[in-house]
Amino acid sequence: MKPILRIKSRTVALPTKDIDTDQIIAARFLTTTTREGLGDKLFYDLRFNKDGGKKMDFPLNSSEATGCAILVAGNNFGCGSSREHAPWALLDYGFRAVISTEIADIFRNNSLKNGLVTVVVDRDTHQWLLENQGAELDIDVRASTLTLPNGKVVEFPIDEFARHCLVEGIDQLGYLQQQSDAIDRFEENRTWTP
Amino acid sequence: MQTLLEKVWSDHVVVPESTETPAVLYVDLHIIHEVTTPQAFSLLRKHGIRVRRPELTLATMDHSTPTTPVASFKDLAIVGDGAANQIRQMEENCRDFGLDLLGFGSDYRGIVHVIGPELGATQPGKTIVCGDSHSSTHGAFGALAFGIGTTEVGHVLATQCLLQRRPKTLAVNIDGQLAAGVTAKDIILAVIGKIGVDGGTGHVIEYRGDTIRSMDMEQRMTVCNMSIEGGARAGMVAPDETTFDYLSGRPHAPTGATWDAAVARWQTMRTDDGAEFDRSVSLDASNLEPMVTFGTNPGMVIGINDPVPDFADGADDRSYRKALAYMQVTPGKPMTENSVDVVFIGSCTNGRLSDLEQAAEILKGRKVASSVSMMVVPGSQQVKNAAEAKGLDRIFLEAGAQWREAGCSMCIGMNGDIALPGQLSVSTSNRNFEGRQGVGARTVLASPATAAASAVSGKVADPRLYM
Ligand code: SF4
Repeated sequence: MKPILRIKSRTVALPTKDIDTDQIIAARFLTTTTREGLGDKLFYDLRFNKDGGKKMDFPLNSSEATGCAILVAGNNFGCGSSREHAPWALLDYGFRAVISTEIADIFRNNSLKNGLVTVVVDRDTHQWLLENQGAELDIDVRASTLTLPNGKVVEFPIDEFARHCLVEGIDQLGYLQQQSDAIDRFEENRTWTP
Repeated sequence: MQTLLEKVWSDHVVVPESTETPAVLYVDLHIIHEVTTPQAFSLLRKHGIRVRRPELTLATMDHSTPTTPVASFKDLAIVGDGAANQIRQMEENCRDFGLDLLGFGSDYRGIVHVIGPELGATQPGKTIVCGDSHSSTHGAFGALAFGIGTTEVGHVLATQCLLQRRPKTLAVNIDGQLAAGVTAKDIILAVIGKIGVDGGTGHVIEYRGDTIRSMDMEQRMTVCNMSIEGGARAGMVAPDETTFDYLSGRPHAPTGATWDAAVARWQTMRTDDGAEFDRSVSLDASNLEPMVTFGTNPGMVIGINDPVPDFADGADDRSYRKALAYMQVTPGKPMTENSVDVVFIGSCTNGRLSDLEQAAEILKGRKVASSVSMMVVPGSQQVKNAAEAKGLDRIFLEAGAQWREAGCSMCIGMNGDIALPGQLSVSTSNRNFEGRQGVGARTVLASPATAAASAVSGKVADPRLYM
């Protein structure tokens, strides 16, 4: 994986809370066997009418949203299924970071493993971001900070290991494989076997 | 003093966690299906990695598989090229990596979370994962079971381990005797209504109390299954005689002296008296009613006769209104005012034999309303065979319902089984998200009894009126 150090972009906001992974990428698009090409299907039923035309009141369809790499979402973003297709679709569409007051566990795990940075902020910052859609933000992954256009710096929590892997571009499978001696020992020393 | 989670966790730590690194956690059982694995196998192929412990992997196909009744699986018509390709790749991947696939024609094929327990592969004290969020189901046996993404599926295939931080613990205490017509499904819906869809985030739930103790294994599985709908990664119930009785004699269960040793170990798999949970909540089950959802997440739930709430919850009002508009329900009116188009009985939440029996009891000697299309989909081939041996299939067919092959079916609508735009579906599955059962479909989650009563009535119905 390529190291991810910094994300500078304008934002687009989806203020709805509890946006589940079925909204992010509907089940009917999961019959794929690759990771690529899911961006076209992102938020499909929210983005498009039945006839395939764009829903113009959906924030991602506005002209200002073009090229935005940071998504500001309502509370509890990514709840529901474990489908990794959700972060794949967001990344393929062009998003590099998601900001919310709360991000569901499995979705957050999946995102960080794919280089989609999850940023959890306090309610006030979140409110400001929702009211100032399009604001130019600067996310510094190494420092785990978010800088607002007025220069205000907000720190965000991120798992130490996930951050290390992001900024160094470390593949977690490679890390796990290096533990193989410990895994062998564990298997040998167990008092019971599954 | 330790909680059940802490005991299972510490028994599987290969490398302990620190601030800098998560724990390396050993996985005892890895269950895989066709939808969340192809990209993981591709990665293994690319790097020439083999599966470390094929014998700890249980493979089946359930999500994109058709459920149209067929005389022989040779006649199976898979819906869509994508699904057909996915199924073909699953067969290839299992063959190439030396994994036994419980595929078409196997007597044990079925929904991942139905077959693990059925085979006796799901056991107390194990760590169990699957690329599927409802892996929490297996926690009913006192296992630590949770859903993982496809990258992690690759990790487990390659190393039999995962990088994890230990979650926090949440005790959900449920006491009191259930009234007639109220089921395990109603309990878990009430729990989610109480804690909210993000109430369990970062936690593993342990369900405790005498209501849980008096449940059979299938009921416990229904409860644990929906832990994820409350945001929790896993749900657990400490094993007891009910658990051991269920497992005894199953194909993957230990036998003889190994069985005795296993039971002795399993008996220690309980939270010590006085051990502390990070949080706890309580629910009195004795005054519960049958529950139904009215919105677009499982936390938007009310008693069958309660009016749809009309609250404006400050900043969240917009999401709330959006959900009500999608569902086309009227605040102030109970859900029983709504006409039903589709009834779905099945899924890993309620697709087991006792669930089908619950529905059959109500349908026996009655007819599905002419305006309703009803689908009954057994959770596995074993469930299907057992139901047919009891004559349940005939009850369903005589009532005018469809009796289908095993699979996920209309729980997720990946195999062609869907509700149409605008249709209202009363479903025994676990997610009422927008579009989950088909684009524009409106889902009401309920117990098998409530779903069956609704099929007969043609409107969302209180099962107690049909008992
Ligand atoms: S029945 Fe539904 S929830 Fe269960 S595994 Fe299948 S798709 Fe997932």
